[in-house]
Amino acid sequence: MNDVIYMDNNATTMVAEEVIAEMTPYLGRLYGNPSSMHSFGGQVGGKIAQARARVAKLLGCLPEEIIFTSCGTESDNAAIRGTLETIPQRRTVLTTRVEHPAVLSTCRQLERHGYAIVEIAVDKQGRLDMDQLADSLTDDVAIVSVMWANNETGTVFPVEQIGAMVRARGIVFHTDAVQAVGKLPMKLSDLPIDMLSLSGHKLHAPKGVGGLYVRKGTRLSPFMLGGHQESGRRAGTENVPGIIAMGKACDLAGANIEDENTRVRQLRDRLEAGILQTCPGSMVNGDTENRLPNTTNISFEYIEGEAILLMLNRFGICASSGSACTSGSLEPSHVLRAMGVPFTAAHGSIRFSLSRYNTEEEVDFVIEKMSPVVNRLRELSPFVTA
Amino acid sequence: MWDYTDKVMDHFLNPRNVGFIEDADGVGEVGSLACGDALTLTFKLDKQGRIADVKFKTFGCASAVASSSALTEIIKGKTLEEAEAITNQDIARELGGLPEQKMHCSVMGQEALAAAIAHYRGKGRPAHEKHGTVVCTCFGVTDEEIIKVVRENDLTTVEQVTNYCKAGGGCGGCHGEIRRIIEAIQGDKAKGQAVVPAAPKKLTNIQKIQLVQQTINEQIRPKLRADGGDMELIDVDGNRVIVAFRGMCAQCKMAEWTMKDVVEAKLREFVSEDLYVEEDRSSQPVTGHVHRGEKA
Repeated sequence: MNDVIYMDNNATTMVAEEVIAEMTPYLGRLYGNPSSMHSFGGQVGGKIAQARARVAKLLGCLPEEIIFTSCGTESDNAAIRGTLETIPQRRTVLTTRVEHPAVLSTCRQLERHGYAIVEIAVDKQGRLDMDQLADSLTDDVAIVSVMWANNETGTVFPVEQIGAMVRARGIVFHTDAVQAVGKLPMKLSDLPIDMLSLSGHKLHAPKGVGGLYVRKGTRLSPFMLGGHQESGRRAGTENVPGIIAMGKACDLAGANIEDENTRVRQLRDRLEAGILQTCPGSMVNGDTENRLPNTTNISFEYIEGEAILLMLNRFGICASSGSACTSGSLEPSHVLRAMGVPFTAAHGSIRFSLSRYNTEEEVDFVIEKMSPVVNRLRELSPFVTA
Repeated sequence: MWDYTDKVMDHFLNPRNVGFIEDADGVGEVGSLACGDALTLTFKLDKQGRIADVKFKTFGCASAVASSSALTEIIKGKTLEEAEAITNQDIARELGGLPEQKMHCSVMGQEALAAAIAHYRGKGRPAHEKHGTVVCTCFGVTDEEIIKVVRENDLTTVEQVTNYCKAGGGCGGCHGEIRRIIEAIQGDKAKGQAVVPAAPKKLTNIQKIQLVQQTINEQIRPKLRADGGDMELIDVDGNRVIVAFRGMCAQCKMAEWTMKDVVEAKLREFVSEDLYVEEDRSSQPVTGHVHRGEKA
């Protein structure tokens, strides 16, 4: 077994060996600029076209509908701001209370510039209030941005249903699918989605590369100005090794998506069941019916998340927490608070997010270590009486 | 990841004096589940009035556990008078320092000790009722608690106060009140700090006017006065800020430049990017002046 048991794949993933092999020449001797007129640079252009086709294949769309960006956050920013610029007369943005900060912070900044922001609520399981969404689709709404899957709980939103409602009103629909791409099969050509954000480093490519799907015919004002790269939709010399890496990673994700939804799902379920069984006073956060196959978010009552993580860290186990202390803020995760998870549980929430590189042996090791850690911290807790 | 010292990690992984003394002389309880950390401290005195035994139970992160554990080691064998002199700084020092954002953990230790001593002196009356007026409603922090951390740790900014006692770490509505408390204690030391109003969310009209006035007083007037000028706020109408120049500025040809490049720029920086400034010429006093070389 590895020294590091990595179960924090919603934060970032291991770069696949095949991906490193594919990108390495373009970090070294093949350093040309794809925009150059000479064939030394031009040969790189062919690899970028291949990467674009690979991303498009995973998403089920056309290659020309993919814009390469620097990360998921840039894609979210570009989608929202770029849409608003094309429809200046509409001044409302619809999103949810549980979005990633890439969307929420952007919306709050827009609010300061006079936009109205409507954040759709979620219930205790983290499911979206579809009635509120339907009621909020007014003629003033320029764009609706709803994540496909939640990074903290793994809860999957019904984006097909939402997209249909939104587009029926002639409104642009964007989804942050950073956590969903590669884990959930999708065919964008058949889905009512105008724009979709993805990130390389969440699917075993390196950090610093992302993508934005823009359905043909969708109006979008460019976010970055400069050169003519990405057909003028995103200026700036391409992150060539990153783009090639993301292309390869999408190729691998397509080949492994079945595995994610069978073997990885079973590992996650085994981990979750094992922990719930051996640790009393623990409960799962989120919608277990509609959930990413790799994610489980478990709250341990009366103990604090950072303390749990540091104890697990001693065994090489990597996970994350929605507790206040881990973020440096004083309040627990906005996602758990939006769901109304009681403070007793929110401060003690731990997220395990698996990948296809995890093994049953690792899962059993984590289960074995979890209950002594929890018991030890409960012995310290004033809220637990022996 | 937090940069904890080896001592913090040692106290966290091997906490000393964990537990609850059933027949304790003093019991101190601070914090709550909602706040994310809580500490119960119990002690027993010997015949000489020294702390013979002390135990803690803590809910919280590594630095909260370590602060509690270190505190018990510090006070064991001390008289209550000696123990009372312990500050949160002593606890942090014992741990080889704490990250700035975690200083509230050391304050919690000190508060639990004070509560336990008060409980002993009050002969078993529960002594965790708060003194003073609540300033931060999100975390239930009173003015007395804020005054104490400001004094004992020589704090000069709101951010520091949040790090030390959590006040101001929620909605942020009490930042103005905290700033006033700091200024009352620290005087010029606090004023010397560049007071940058927190990025405004949606300002009410009253808040906007106050912030405009504050920015004029602190950021703009000193510049104008240096050149013998002055200005007054006449009105705020939506995003339109109406001001009048006084003194040397009133009829200066440079006034228009000053208006855009100093006044408007500062107001946009500190209040809202949507503001624009207009000069109210009707309120100009008659005592204008003429620059040398200019025609009257």
